[in-house]
Amino acid sequence: MKTVSSITLVLVAAALLFHAGPAAAQKSAECLACHADASMQDAAGHSISVDESKFHSSIHGSLECANCHTSIKSYPHPDKVTPVKCDTCHADEAAGLAGSVHSASADHPCTSCHGDAHAIFPKTDARSAVYPLNVPHTCGNCHSNEGMAQKHGLASVYPSYIDSIHGFALSKEGLLVAANCQSCHGSHKILSKRNPQSATYKTNVPQTCGTCHAGITTNYANGVHGKAVAAGKLDAPVCSDCHTAHAILQPTESAFRTQSTPICGSCHKEKFSTYRDTFHSQLGALGGYVETARCWDCHGAHDVLPASDPRSPIAPANLVKTCGRCHVGANESFVQYQPHANAHNRKLNPALYFIRLFMNLLLGSVLTFFMIHTILWLIRSRYDQVKRKSAEGEKNA
Amino acid sequence: MPDLEQEASETLHHGGKGRFFMRFTREQRALHAVLFTTFLGLAATGLPMRFSQSFWARRFASAVGGFGAIIFFHKLFAVALTLAFLVHLKAILQRGVVNREKGIFWGVTSMVANWKDVKDLVGHLRWMVGLGPKPQFERYAYWEKFDYWAVFWGMIVIGFSGYAMWFAPFFARFLPGWALNAVLVIHSEEGLLAILFIFSIHFVNTHLRPDSFPMDMVVFTGVESEEEFKHKRSQEYERLAREGKLEARVAEAPALWFTNFSKVVGFIAIFIGLTLLVLTLSAYFI
Repeated sequence: MKTVSSITLVLVAAALLFHAGPAAAQKSAECLACHADASMQDAAGHSISVDESKFHSSIHGSLECANCHTSIKSYPHPDKVTPVKCDTCHADEAAGLAGSVHSASADHPCTSCHGDAHAIFPKTDARSAVYPLNVPHTCGNCHSNEGMAQKHGLASVYPSYIDSIHGFALSKEGLLVAANCQSCHGSHKILSKRNPQSATYKTNVPQTCGTCHAGITTNYANGVHGKAVAAGKLDAPVCSDCHTAHAILQPTESAFRTQSTPICGSCHKEKFSTYRDTFHSQLGALGGYVETARCWDCHGAHDVLPASDPRSPIAPANLVKTCGRCHVGANESFVQYQPHANAHNRKLNPALYFIRLFMNLLLGSVLTFFMIHTILWLIRSRYDQVKRKSAEGEKNA
Repeated sequence: MPDLEQEASETLHHGGKGRFFMRFTREQRALHAVLFTTFLGLAATGLPMRFSQSFWARRFASAVGGFGAIIFFHKLFAVALTLAFLVHLKAILQRGVVNREKGIFWGVTSMVANWKDVKDLVGHLRWMVGLGPKPQFERYAYWEKFDYWAVFWGMIVIGFSGYAMWFAPFFARFLPGWALNAVLVIHSEEGLLAILFIFSIHFVNTHLRPDSFPMDMVVFTGVESEEEFKHKRSQEYERLAREGKLEARVAEAPALWFTNFSKVVGFIAIFIGLTLLVLTLSAYFI
């Protein structure tokens, strides 16, 4: 707090130096003679009262009113006063904001995020609207379903975030280090994810997440996906392609496990299709049994490596160990099982191809023969029955 | 068949319906009951796995407690059916090999196919299209023998491939790696064949065709009327009459409550089977 106070003093001194004219600025006490009245409103009906005690405890509490409300030199002041310019003191932040997605500042004055201008607290203060635990709610004022997100055609991210692992850590555990909006997006200079300068631009995502998840980012950088992205192949996934950006789930939870394979499958279509033919997929699809092998149980998650790399869990030498994590007793012969076998590919899987073909032919021929046999039989039996009954003088059944 | 003779009741029931004749022993009827119960269970739990991406598979799975519950019941029914299969195998070997009973492995009463079955098949097909007289059948007609052997072969193939998946690391000790891929294909295709065959062809051939409609009760009650016997298996009837063994096969008429109970059970089984058939076909076309 000592630093803050000294900065404040310097600012106050600077403000006094530049703006205190010879006619001596109004003293705050004089302003509060009127503006302390809690019911005071301007012509448009907006409150223009100031809570004196709150203001004095705020970060700007040592400033005089006129330091910010510079157009007011004397009393009585005009009905219309010029808006306060925060950038007089906060030039860096203002410059960042000017280049950001929030630059249309008519919609986004500083107070949108920092709250009541007369009750602004440092971001380390739990009363601040930008205190880490308050940030999601502050951003969510606009970026939620009912807010301005719809108006600007933005995804409603607040509900996704608040139910995510980050949101849970923050809202349920009060974990200050849990990622909140500004941990990834920054604060004043928030850029669109399409801007290469943005912290959320595709190639910058690993670094952004790596601010906290340093170990995993290193693993990722060593894997095929990380190397591909680093080489400029933007089809390869970064963190958010698999984990999503806002609705990030705990990866060991069943919800994430069940949704993970189609995510990998959205790029690895052939592998996904052959995976779906296997028992791993069949039992995984039915739920309630989340232990079943998903892509990353065998391939690894962040440091995905090709089978030709001896460090890969699917390298031939490592298969017994990898499969053995679930299949107790897995041996050399067991791991010859092909988790992506294609029974329709004669070159890759000849034995399987012919077994499938034989089974298909068996199924088709038996069913076709007996279908014809049964239909003919039915027709003939019914014909005989009707003939017999009419001969016996009964009504046709 | 000696055991049939032993079971034939001496107190003949001469109701207004005429005489009844024994066709299946209590053990055979029990075997059929265990077979269709476990088969329905295996089909109901196997199909969601085979068509795991279909809308009904997931709904059914979540209703019964997910994959864990499905595989548990699949294995439970599988073990029950395996035991029934072994009991049947033991009975056959006991009668045919140990007791040296005649007519088990060969002859007119055997389940083993013979030249008459080939002639019957051709003759039956000719009769269907109006090219000849209707063949007269012995104790087991050719389609009944086919049903029996289809189930017999099916149980060996599906059972073996199923246990190979269940105990994959163990089977991998003496099976090549690709066999572990093959067993799923074999298991699911053969299972599908059994399901499609039983729920469409067996149901119609044995129960729904005009001669038996809506259900042939003989596999539940064990007995059938003299008229039915003569009509369906005239050769067996005539042979028994010729050999003077007909009287030994006369049995009591089934109790009304038992017939009604059997009908309820049978219709439930047919209803479940047809439902599963529709779901299976829907997985291909929807």
